[in-house]
Amino acid sequence: MFPIVESKEIAKNVFFQRIQAPRIARKRKAGQFLVVRKGENGERIPLTIVDSDPAEGTVTIIYQAVGKSTAELSRAKVGESLLDVVGPLGRPTHIERFGTVVGIGGGIGTAPLLPIATAIKQGGNRLLSIVGARTKDLLILEEEMKAISDTCVVTTDDGSYAKKGFVTTALQEWIDGGETIDLCIAIGPVPMMRAVAEVTRPHRIPTVVSLNPIMVDATGMCGACRVTVGGTTKFVCVDGPEFDGHEVDFKELTLRNRAYLREEKEAMERFVHKDGKCMGGKGAEVLAAAGSAEAATGGAK
Amino acid sequence: MMAEAKPKPRPKPFSIPRQPMPEQPPEVRRKNFREVPYGLTPDLAILEASRCIQCKNPACVKGCPVNIKIPEFIDLVRQGKFLEAARKVKEDNALPAVCGRVCPQEEQCEMPCVLGKKGEPVAIGRLERFVADFERVTGNVEIPGVGSPTGKRVAIVGSGPAGLTVAGDLVQMGHDVTIFEALHKAGGVLMYGIPEFRLPKEIVQSEVNYILDLGAKLECNVVVGKTVTIDELLGEERFDAVFIGSGAGLPYFMNIPGENLIGIYSANEYLTRANLMKAYLFPEADTPVSRGRHVAVVGGGNVAMDSARTAMRMGAEKVYLVYRRSKKEMPARIEEIHHAEEEGIEFHLLTNPIAFHGNEEAWVTEIECQRMELGEPDASGRRRPVPVKGSEFRLPVDTVIMAIGNGANPLIPSTTPGLDTNKWGNILADQETGKTSKKGVFAGGDIVIGAATVILAMGAGRKAAAGMHEYLTTGAW
Repeated sequence: MFPIVESKEIAKNVFFQRIQAPRIARKRKAGQFLVVRKGENGERIPLTIVDSDPAEGTVTIIYQAVGKSTAELSRAKVGESLLDVVGPLGRPTHIERFGTVVGIGGGIGTAPLLPIATAIKQGGNRLLSIVGARTKDLLILEEEMKAISDTCVVTTDDGSYAKKGFVTTALQEWIDGGETIDLCIAIGPVPMMRAVAEVTRPHRIPTVVSLNPIMVDATGMCGACRVTVGGTTKFVCVDGPEFDGHEVDFKELTLRNRAYLREEKEAMERFVHKDGKCMGGKGAEVLAAAGSAEAATGGAK
Repeated sequence: MMAEAKPKPRPKPFSIPRQPMPEQPPEVRRKNFREVPYGLTPDLAILEASRCIQCKNPACVKGCPVNIKIPEFIDLVRQGKFLEAARKVKEDNALPAVCGRVCPQEEQCEMPCVLGKKGEPVAIGRLERFVADFERVTGNVEIPGVGSPTGKRVAIVGSGPAGLTVAGDLVQMGHDVTIFEALHKAGGVLMYGIPEFRLPKEIVQSEVNYILDLGAKLECNVVVGKTVTIDELLGEERFDAVFIGSGAGLPYFMNIPGENLIGIYSANEYLTRANLMKAYLFPEADTPVSRGRHVAVVGGGNVAMDSARTAMRMGAEKVYLVYRRSKKEMPARIEEIHHAEEEGIEFHLLTNPIAFHGNEEAWVTEIECQRMELGEPDASGRRRPVPVKGSEFRLPVDTVIMAIGNGANPLIPSTTPGLDTNKWGNILADQETGKTSKKGVFAGGDIVIGAATVILAMGAGRKAAAGMHEYLTTGAW
């Protein structure tokens, strides 16, 4: 059992939870993720580890409630325990002295970006960040990203806060302005990572993305998470989750993430309408978020 | 509560036919996940046991990978002493309820049975299952006393048949045993791989609980190689020896066009969703799995049979089994092939997939196959399948399950310096002691010999436990 020591909503439908998982806390490095199962009939879902405290034995996750499992997870309160938490999984981010690194977080992607950007900065790099979201309500970790970045630009698609535009708009401006970028790390919905890779491609800027396919065991034994990178099949759970953004078949990933759309809708419907009763409020919001998230990402990172 | 039967006068063994196993009829069982064979009744068991002629040089014992004292336990069954018979089996086999169900007896104990020369062999497997079930169901599982504490700590990686066997043996010898399991439930393939209708999970849990009742400790959700390394187990966690029973956990794909279309699964994924995550209960259980109407399963082993029969139970209208060799070469257990045919699975033998085709949503819609013919034998001794030119054809499908085998998951070798493997990633280990190239580290089961059977894993576990006990008590490597 894995007790929850902190649980709060930090943006619309975005939840922050700190969990007691001493083994994971001790071993975890930036870029790695864990798999959590709330209860006996629960799914195994992968979530990036945003932070860890080896002394306290806790790990932090930040995620968007996009479906039944994440919605249910978000309701877990301090003092409750999660049935299964396993990690740290995936390969840690490769950190070295690259030079100038641009870190781009789109929506919930800023959560997995934060620990990677922190490690990049600690690795002796100059860190330029772009934190973007569709709208002000969905922006997260702005202060945290500003605190570790040499420069941090915040964008909202609808202009409801800070700079109006996409993260790629800000990125293009830096490139056009002559900024020398040695590495670009982009994490967010699949269309966003794909767009960033297309912006950097003609300028040959090495671009790393962190992928969010469907997973089951997450230790390399099932192949659910397979993606095509550079024409070869890779397992995101053991070969990734980070890959060369210019080599990833994003189209295939997008389509594969839709494998269980029908079941996801059915599960959410049941969750929101228990015993024929509308659970109201939260449930309706999650359904709406699931509807828009479906176009963007199938995962819960 | 069953009273033990009085011994009956002994009938002539050769005159008694092999007793049929009561089982669910095919048209009923293809729609449910309940166990297919019901099990022998005490009367049938005694009658079957009477067939055994108690050979002076029992070939069956040699045919058993762990040399169960077969004629002895069968004689006890004949006398109605079912509990004693169970204990006799358990002298050599830690998991008889499992083995009685999943061992390929036709290749092991029953193959050399003298009665099989002119008629049918004694149904040794069914008798093993009977006594194990009798002991469990009547609440008579004996927890033997364990030896006095040796103060030695043993870490076991993997809670499948090999790991469970090593744990059971070493804890009885007085060692302090902890089993580490990567998944959230113990049992390994017994839990995630073999379906409910062949090996009920309640029985697996019962066997696991037995090992825990003996005094072994279990930590699930620990991926050795990620959560902790072998060196850390031997170092800061102060284990004196480690057994690696991590299994064959790397799914093979054919790497043919279209294999990443939605609806194409490795058998590991399909079965893990169905068995471990109970996707057949969706939406009561949260994990879904495709409920294909037209399903193709590629392969010819037990995993392929399990996948095909699971797909049938998930509501498929048509399940095609696509296998590149002929029925004779199929490695699956005869009973499983038989059950699969009865349940209506269509066998497309001497057939090999060459590509998958899908729609704009990237869902698989067709499997393109080619007919094969058998040529010269290959490395496995079986005749090599050779494509027949111009024989390509397509089957409409919405789900495909690749059950063509599993390799060694590289996680542990890649994070354990000094642990030697062969070129396929299998850990090199001594056949008699389980010793690897790394001091204090032993290994057995599928991670050593490649994807094989439960009983072989257990046999390796038995030997490794003996080897480990020797190392722990003498310190000699």
